[in-house]
Amino acid sequence: MSAKPAHAPARMGDPGSGLKLFAIAYLIFIYGPVLFLPLFSFNDSIFVAFPLTSFTTKWYEQAFADEKMIGALISSLQVGGIVAVTSTILGMFGAKAVTRYQIPGQGLITATIMLPLFIPEIILGISLLILINSVGISLSLITVTIGHIMLCTPFAMAVLSSRLHGFDRSLEEASMDLGETPWMTFWRVTFPLAAPGIVSSLLLTFIVSFDEFLLSFFLAGQEPTLPVYIWSQLRFPNKLPSVLALGALILIASCVLVVVAEWVRQLGTSEQKVGV
Amino acid sequence: MIFWDFFGLCMANGGNSHTGGVGCGRCQFLSRWRLARNRVVVRARKHLSVSSDHGGASPGFFDRLRAFYLRSDAAKGYVLLSPVMLTMIALLAAPLILLVLYSFWTQVGLKVDTNWTGDRYRELIEKQAYVDIFWRSIQMSGLVTLVTVGLAYPMAYFVAFGVKKNKFIWLILLTIPFWTSYLLRAFSWKIILGYNGVINSGLISLGAIQEPLSFLLYNQTAVVITLAHAYAAFAILPIYVSLEKIDRTLLEAAADLGDGAWARFWRVTFPLSLPGVIGAAVLIFVPTTGDYVTPALVGGPTGQMIANLIQIQFLKIGDWPLGSALAISAMAGVAILVMLFATALQLAVRRIR
Repeated sequence: MSAKPAHAPARMGDPGSGLKLFAIAYLIFIYGPVLFLPLFSFNDSIFVAFPLTSFTTKWYEQAFADEKMIGALISSLQVGGIVAVTSTILGMFGAKAVTRYQIPGQGLITATIMLPLFIPEIILGISLLILINSVGISLSLITVTIGHIMLCTPFAMAVLSSRLHGFDRSLEEASMDLGETPWMTFWRVTFPLAAPGIVSSLLLTFIVSFDEFLLSFFLAGQEPTLPVYIWSQLRFPNKLPSVLALGALILIASCVLVVVAEWVRQLGTSEQKVGV
Repeated sequence: MIFWDFFGLCMANGGNSHTGGVGCGRCQFLSRWRLARNRVVVRARKHLSVSSDHGGASPGFFDRLRAFYLRSDAAKGYVLLSPVMLTMIALLAAPLILLVLYSFWTQVGLKVDTNWTGDRYRELIEKQAYVDIFWRSIQMSGLVTLVTVGLAYPMAYFVAFGVKKNKFIWLILLTIPFWTSYLLRAFSWKIILGYNGVINSGLISLGAIQEPLSFLLYNQTAVVITLAHAYAAFAILPIYVSLEKIDRTLLEAAADLGDGAWARFWRVTFPLSLPGVIGAAVLIFVPTTGDYVTPALVGGPTGQMIANLIQIQFLKIGDWPLGSALAISAMAGVAILVMLFATALQLAVRRIR
């Protein structure tokens, strides 16, 4: 057995400092490549290449002068908003059902609901395309929204289930015993306790929908969402810098939303531990 | 006798001119339903000791239903689940069933001939190009999985065992990429590896090379690198969770019994973290075999994968049945491989122990 460091009894399984270096390298590997988007979006050259020339914000101006881009952005925001609300409501029902009631076949049902997370998106895309074609609806933002609801509901349900698992069921029972109706119990007990989960579910499903490309690619028809619009611009080299600018903005916005969502979720759980 | 019972029930029900016979389906149904309902109501009354307070009249149907509903946990659960279940049946199960049906049909011009045939699958097996692309996808995804899990394991180990303060910040840092735009993350590799891209122009301006390196982009290596980067964060969480769950006293026990650091790792930590490793591997292998964006962006002609073939059938050539057959056989193939892999790994671990 190797000699233990003398200063303190090391915790079992403690890794050495080599692993910390690895961890930092790993973070650079994850985040480094993406940083080239914002870097070159401020570079005053149509080519994405070193050496950097001079600082400019003209690619951002060019991106926002593009009316089609603004249209796609608005479409994405609308779809994202509707999807976030719908899938969170659906997820709330589902999460309450699986965390509060003994349901025969629950494992199978939950597995079915979570299935979209384990199926390649292209399969989801083409099968929805077939369905929509068979029903006879024409492709539009509505079909994109429908597809995104299917994709985002499992996320909402996962986030909300873990939140509802976390708090004490007897709080709800106490409320019922004290004579509240099920609805009032939901509004006065369940809802406030689940609120951090709801906020984080709204944010995360919004991001998933907003960043989603492949389903929209199959289901959008003539009305592109922002990622589909970006995809269509990748063919044109002279559009590249404004795509970089747009991409940088989207990445930053997503990062901020994710951090807020995770922070709200964690905030809720730590309060819970202190309070109960 | 029986006839009159049924008849009486029918008359009592609506008093309409229906004259049911012994074989009358509606009467049989009604009577069975009534018997079942009465039984339920009696039980519900016993349970809740609900007395009829409608001034002598028997409680209405909805009261009884309500009593049953309040009594049954499963019923409440199912009612709450039904919106999600119906959504998933309509938007996931139904489309997948249609996909299977399509794979047995035939495209004739713009229409689909719905006579059953296995010709699409025969077409797939006979055309060597399809089989080749399938195996190429599997190999590339396998490599991506190996690289990603191999890199993620030490990282997850570090967060689980090495980080004492601010574990939360590390976890957020590692989950952000999971939620952010995959399209943009794949795209950033295109500008890095491109002919006039970051690496080539960087090396040229440093004076390391004279001509741009042309082997960086548009091949299988570029696809593997991009996928490994795009899915890097996916593997960490499952592995981290399984490492975090390990009871630290087991490690102390192993140390007390004379195991060194490596022996502890291989005999305690690693086997116990294996569910997380398997989960991570599946979570990467399955979506990467079906990945469309990365091969389309950085794959070039030699780096195309099965999803690109499916997309061409659906959006360019317009042979939906053939595309469906491709999708179904790819999914089935991947599912079989995943099951084999998980079983083999578990057997291997049993041997280590």
